[in-house]
Amino acid sequence: MPSRKTLSALIAAATLASSMVAPVAMADIKVGVVTSSTGPIALVGIPQKNTVALLPDHAGGEKITYIPLDDASDPTATVKAFKKLIDDEKVDAIIGPSGSGNAMGVIQFAAESGTPMLAPVGTAAVVLPMTEEKKWVFKTTQNDDLIAAALVDHMKKSGVKTIGMMGTADPYGENWSRVMKGLTEKAGIKIVADEHFQRQDTSLTGQSLKILMSNPDAVLIAAPGSSSVMPQTTLKDQGYSGQIYQTHGAALDPFLRLGGKAVEGTILAASLMLVLDEVPESKSKEIAEDYVDRYTRIYGNAPATFGGNVYDAGLLLQNAIPAALEQGKPGTAEFRAALRTALENTTEMAATQGVYNLTPEDHSGFDERGRELITVKDGGWALMD
Amino acid sequence: MNFQIALILGQDGITNGAIYALLALSILLVFTVTRILLIPLGEFVTFGALTMAAIQMGKAPALEWLLLALTLIDCGMDLYQYRHKLDGRKFQTIGLKLGYVIAMIALIQTLPLAELPMVFQALLTLALMVPLGPLMYRLFFQPLADAPALVLLIVSIAVHVAMVGVGLLLFGPEGARTEPFTDTVFRVGPMMLKSQTLWVIMVSVILIVTLFLLFERTLYGKALRATAVNRTGARLLGISPVFAGKATFALAAFIGTLSGILIAPITTLYFDSGFIISLKGFVGAIIGGLISYPLAAVGAVAVGLIEAFSMFWASTYKEIIVFTLIIPFLIWRSMTSHHVEDDE
Repeated sequence: MPSRKTLSALIAAATLASSMVAPVAMADIKVGVVTSSTGPIALVGIPQKNTVALLPDHAGGEKITYIPLDDASDPTATVKAFKKLIDDEKVDAIIGPSGSGNAMGVIQFAAESGTPMLAPVGTAAVVLPMTEEKKWVFKTTQNDDLIAAALVDHMKKSGVKTIGMMGTADPYGENWSRVMKGLTEKAGIKIVADEHFQRQDTSLTGQSLKILMSNPDAVLIAAPGSSSVMPQTTLKDQGYSGQIYQTHGAALDPFLRLGGKAVEGTILAASLMLVLDEVPESKSKEIAEDYVDRYTRIYGNAPATFGGNVYDAGLLLQNAIPAALEQGKPGTAEFRAALRTALENTTEMAATQGVYNLTPEDHSGFDERGRELITVKDGGWALMD
Repeated sequence: MNFQIALILGQDGITNGAIYALLALSILLVFTVTRILLIPLGEFVTFGALTMAAIQMGKAPALEWLLLALTLIDCGMDLYQYRHKLDGRKFQTIGLKLGYVIAMIALIQTLPLAELPMVFQALLTLALMVPLGPLMYRLFFQPLADAPALVLLIVSIAVHVAMVGVGLLLFGPEGARTEPFTDTVFRVGPMMLKSQTLWVIMVSVILIVTLFLLFERTLYGKALRATAVNRTGARLLGISPVFAGKATFALAAFIGTLSGILIAPITTLYFDSGFIISLKGFVGAIIGGLISYPLAAVGAVAVGLIEAFSMFWASTYKEIIVFTLIIPFLIWRSMTSHHVEDDE
């Protein structure tokens, strides 16, 4: 552990140093990256910070320099980092931050200064409903409703009539409650229990009992990272035998390790990165494989999906920069506006999370090619057929 | 809500309450003896649990390097402080400390960690963790032992924040959980009793009784009690405040680590889970007025029970309910006990 951590810290320091020391030509394109590599959501932020070293370094014949900053999962620090990047560094675009709440707080600053912001966050609230300010925000994760639709679809097919929900008491869990309410109504499924918990809770007995009492056909757990494990083990311990669904928040290897036997048979929908070996050949698969290989070579372990979200942001920028360069020089407001327009016109661009088709209304732009139904089989991820 | 659910929730509440009680007792102990509110106590819980988890996965816990680093700084400070009166005994102490740490590192690097019986894994975790307590006192608190309580509190918060950061560095952001001590489940009437729950309650009770005996019957315990009652008086009678500080911190580290080992099989712990756990112990300690041990223990168990039942009725507001509990108690306390100005 320590050697890998030190290594990644060294590499991050080296990238930081090189971006500061290298003689910066005027025409260089500057991209700020704000991640939460320390603090409560470090689980999300660390693979994202590590990914900075893999981002494309050239686009349209110009060099791209990345300026990585850490916000320690603190929304106030995110605002400071954004202001520093915008006012002092005069960046052309910003990738980040890691947390949903952190992202909501900086949208106005990105919009005020006219800087495109590519947020690798879970909540759809950063791009929906579209407003004048959110015009500047792009989101490189699948919207919750896209993932949820896949799950509800599966529930309907397997004859589930009632579900219980257990989500975190944060924007992630709340948004899932909201999305599921709409979708299940249409599908004729009833939500009979909707319970919430905190990530650090040491016991979920109460919530789980409440769900057991209403005896639903299936349970959906909506929690990011390792916190998705405890609801499931508690339910199993108390003898729940129905199907358990998880969201893409659980799509991490620690989920398998911490959950052990209790998570066997779980169904979730997530990006293809989890089951790369099993999905049919596609452009996305190729890109994702390349990303995972390079990441593994540097850091010694495969990246979590969160890293892929940042990588995609880099690819989106690389794709949009040539068109923007025709409109203005990097570092100017014209260039940033042109970059925003070019991002918005992205069509059929394959990346690790799926295929992007951005429009003025849809700043996330995924379709069903960005999600796979995945189950846990013999302690590993497996594609569902 | 029927009887069976109440039983399950009650069992859950008492399990957590037992842990909070242990933590409340160590917060009280450290506070009365040294006037320090031990905010980093929660870190002992998480570090203990995560170290245990690392050992069970067969990985050498990175904690050994923290222990080594702190010991080296400690020895360096000792050498500097006694630079004019170095003698054989000082060198012997330093040699012993370094020898212990090196022996621990050698043990960890050579033993087949994952295959060890669980008792030895737990002992190893304790052997790694407990020295951190006195080290923490020596490095951060001993130099300002006479500072006002507010300064000590600020330092305590700073140490907590630093420890959380170190925790992320040492253990990574993923949570961990350990194997239960035993897998058996008992059936008592309509109730399922998990053996881990019994372990938690049993160890807590044994520990509380041992602490009681320690303080009532042994010389060292009496010395600590004397320091708690009257610091200056105890000093005049030849009780070293440095010894008292280190001893209480060692005890707190021991209790914290043990709590971590006990609850690690029940719940997923993260590098930053400790604070909220120790905060609930703190609520218990407040109920005891930061003075009374039995009241603190009862208060902590009550916190556990209230938490369990509020989690059932209003899961979203659980933390709010638990922490709001502190307000009526503070009001009651301030009305019934007469106020003594802080001596600074």
